[in-house]
Amino acid sequence: MSVTSPVLSTAGRTIEAHWQELAVRRRLYTIGGILFMVLAMGGSFWFANESNAGKFFDRLPHVFDFIGQLVPRDGLELWRALFDLPSPYDDGSLKYNYPEGRVYVTESAYIPEYIYKMLETINIALVSTLIGFGIGFVLCFLAASNLTTRRWLRFFVRRFMEVLRAFPEIVIAGFFLAVLSLGAIPAIMAVSIHTIGALGKLFFEVVENADMRAEEGLRAAGANWVERVWFAIVPQVLPNFLSYALLRLEINVRASTIIGAVGGGGIGEALRLSISRAHEAKTLAIVLLLFCTIVAVDQFSAWLRRRLVGNQAFEFGG
Amino acid sequence: MGAFHAHEAEALAARYPDVFARSLRSRLTGWLIAAGIVAYFLFAWWFFSIGQVLANGNWGIAGIYMADWVSYEVRPDIEFRDNHLEISFPRFSPLGENPDPAWLVEKRAIVEIRPEEKGSVLTGAASPSGGFLGNLGGNEDTADESFLGALGGGQPNMRRTDEVSSETVLKTRREEAVVEASVSFGSGNRVDVFPERVEVTRGGEMLILDIVRDDRVEVRGPLPAWASQREPGAKVFVYFGFSGRAEIGNDEVTVRRRFLGWENFVFDTRSPFWGRPAGEVISLIVSGERLDPERSNAALAWNNFLNNAEWQHGDVWLKLLQTIVMAFAGTVLATLVAFPLSFAAARNISPNRVGNFVLKRFFDFLRSVDMLIWALFFTRGFGPGPLAGISAIFFTDTGTFGKLYSEALENIDEKQREGVRSVGAAPVSVQRYGVVPQVLPVFLSQSLYFWESNTRSATIIGAVGAGGIGLKLWEAMRTNTDWENVAYMVLLILLVVFVFDNISSALRRRLIGAEPGQH
Repeated sequence: MSVTSPVLSTAGRTIEAHWQELAVRRRLYTIGGILFMVLAMGGSFWFANESNAGKFFDRLPHVFDFIGQLVPRDGLELWRALFDLPSPYDDGSLKYNYPEGRVYVTESAYIPEYIYKMLETINIALVSTLIGFGIGFVLCFLAASNLTTRRWLRFFVRRFMEVLRAFPEIVIAGFFLAVLSLGAIPAIMAVSIHTIGALGKLFFEVVENADMRAEEGLRAAGANWVERVWFAIVPQVLPNFLSYALLRLEINVRASTIIGAVGGGGIGEALRLSISRAHEAKTLAIVLLLFCTIVAVDQFSAWLRRRLVGNQAFEFGG
Repeated sequence: MGAFHAHEAEALAARYPDVFARSLRSRLTGWLIAAGIVAYFLFAWWFFSIGQVLANGNWGIAGIYMADWVSYEVRPDIEFRDNHLEISFPRFSPLGENPDPAWLVEKRAIVEIRPEEKGSVLTGAASPSGGFLGNLGGNEDTADESFLGALGGGQPNMRRTDEVSSETVLKTRREEAVVEASVSFGSGNRVDVFPERVEVTRGGEMLILDIVRDDRVEVRGPLPAWASQREPGAKVFVYFGFSGRAEIGNDEVTVRRRFLGWENFVFDTRSPFWGRPAGEVISLIVSGERLDPERSNAALAWNNFLNNAEWQHGDVWLKLLQTIVMAFAGTVLATLVAFPLSFAAARNISPNRVGNFVLKRFFDFLRSVDMLIWALFFTRGFGPGPLAGISAIFFTDTGTFGKLYSEALENIDEKQREGVRSVGAAPVSVQRYGVVPQVLPVFLSQSLYFWESNTRSATIIGAVGAGGIGLKLWEAMRTNTDWENVAYMVLLILLVVFVFDNISSALRRRLIGAEPGQH
């Protein structure tokens, strides 16, 4: 394929020169950007490696040793650990004392320890999502510019939600751990406070995109602010609200596991202890349980969301 | 427009029964959901025994912890001696080595100081009978000459008897000593301590306590609301709200005087710059004589600031940098790895169904094995530190990005790809010019969003050992006394999150145009 290139006029040459100049500048920007990223990443890794307890290249061959350390003595050990059945290897140590920690519901029926702890973690997530939903629901209308005309109020509510969102959860948990001693309530407080901020922000953005005609109709009929919000805005935004709350529930299950690991009770604590004590069957049982629960919660929430709002895509994470 | 009559409303209701008379089910649904939520909360109340835990909570201390965030306490002890007082400060007092605060006024006088050991010499003979009766209430310093004093002294006195009796009997000395101390708690409230009594003044009310040394504290008149005593004769606690409190025991008065602010934030008490006004410090740094002959004042000041024993600025900043690096490196690495993998996982780009399925389940696996689990594993693998944090964020986010990216790829506009393909471009060029320009802004915007949220996550996983400020924060909270350091670190974290939040949303706005709700 050959294209005959006609001789360019002066104007044509100017355009060509200008285009080439632009191309050069673009290439410079790209190279500069890549160089910057390479330097930043290199610096980051160097710094991380220097300040780590173990050095990257020394530890690299051993990093996946934990997989080897996780192999239980026989395949059934995993199920024994999961369902609190007695182990044939029981030697009185913590490693094989599976039947301990059963939670008896009746004389003979019991809930295995880890499943009970998993339920605790799920309940922490559920309670905090509900609390966060309730308070975020009230606050979001005050932060929406189409419903609240007072600037200072909007400004105040938004900054308040931002602080709740950015405040490190671990500090709230740590503070209430100091006051209330170990348990689930510090975890609930920490996760709900973060949830209020995160849901409140998503909610008021939904409210600001709501159709205002219904609200105008009610205003014309003389409805007050609460009536206008309740009858004109809420029915429109509720499916989206619920869908965001479900997404938040997924995140909160993970968050309450992490908070659990630093003293908030539930499965996270059990996992941290069993990993640090190198209990292979127990660790595997908890990881399996956690994995299945997270997958189940994600699937359930995805199914419910599809029913609520159809196949609408959502911004992910939080 | 005429009035709207009741019969018209009824006619309308009759015409649209589905609007005005909803079915029982749709009317009840709302109430049922509400009842369900209430029932669930009752269940949770029982399940976590919330009532009991809240009732057992140490709420009194919560207020002190909260106050510790923004203030500090100075804790002088005023001990009662025979006819004088002794004031001492704890070793690491925020006021430095030799505190002489303006709010603590001492009155000195020449007094006869009898040596404390005298009693034990005289009563030594009687003390064997006291042994089995045990310690009836006094402590070692019991110097009473009575027989009871010996009983009270008990065992400790006996031992001392042997030591002292070998020496000559100690004589009384005449010395200058504190005979009256007055601690001011602001706005006229104060505690005046005398060797034999304590006067507490708050808001015009006055409480006088008689001290029977090493025995009891007696209250004259009724106790006001701001004072408390567990039983007659026991310690008296007096509260002055935020400005502090005092415990008046039968041997000493423990003062807790609280001041707003972060004490010694710049220089600690060991630094030569400590206690100097800001102007003097600056002039010293700029043009002063060298305080340390080996280095300049600026270097010395900087060093003292970074190594401030109480605030540990250098260490806190280093740990904060670790957290930032964890989030940054983990997110960038995950983006780089997930980018090519997502092309292989997208159904419309690589036609291999098995490959798509396996990769997508792999992404789900990485994502669903929680960041916590990865963090715990890698902390075992690499040892505590940012490498573990980077790896945990990298593994989790590779899963998340893989899923998000492949979903974005499956929703692209096919026309551009067809156009590039129709001119005979190679498969790689088709992706480069037909697909990447469409999805790159979305990809980058998602990565930026996660960069910002990972900064927060990195704080939390740090606490389980993955390095960074999380661990430092956790350690500071565990001591239960360093809440002001917690506040400092929280402020730094909030600042970093705020800055990154703005950078990330500014970049995202440039990438994908204006977002709703960013005001």
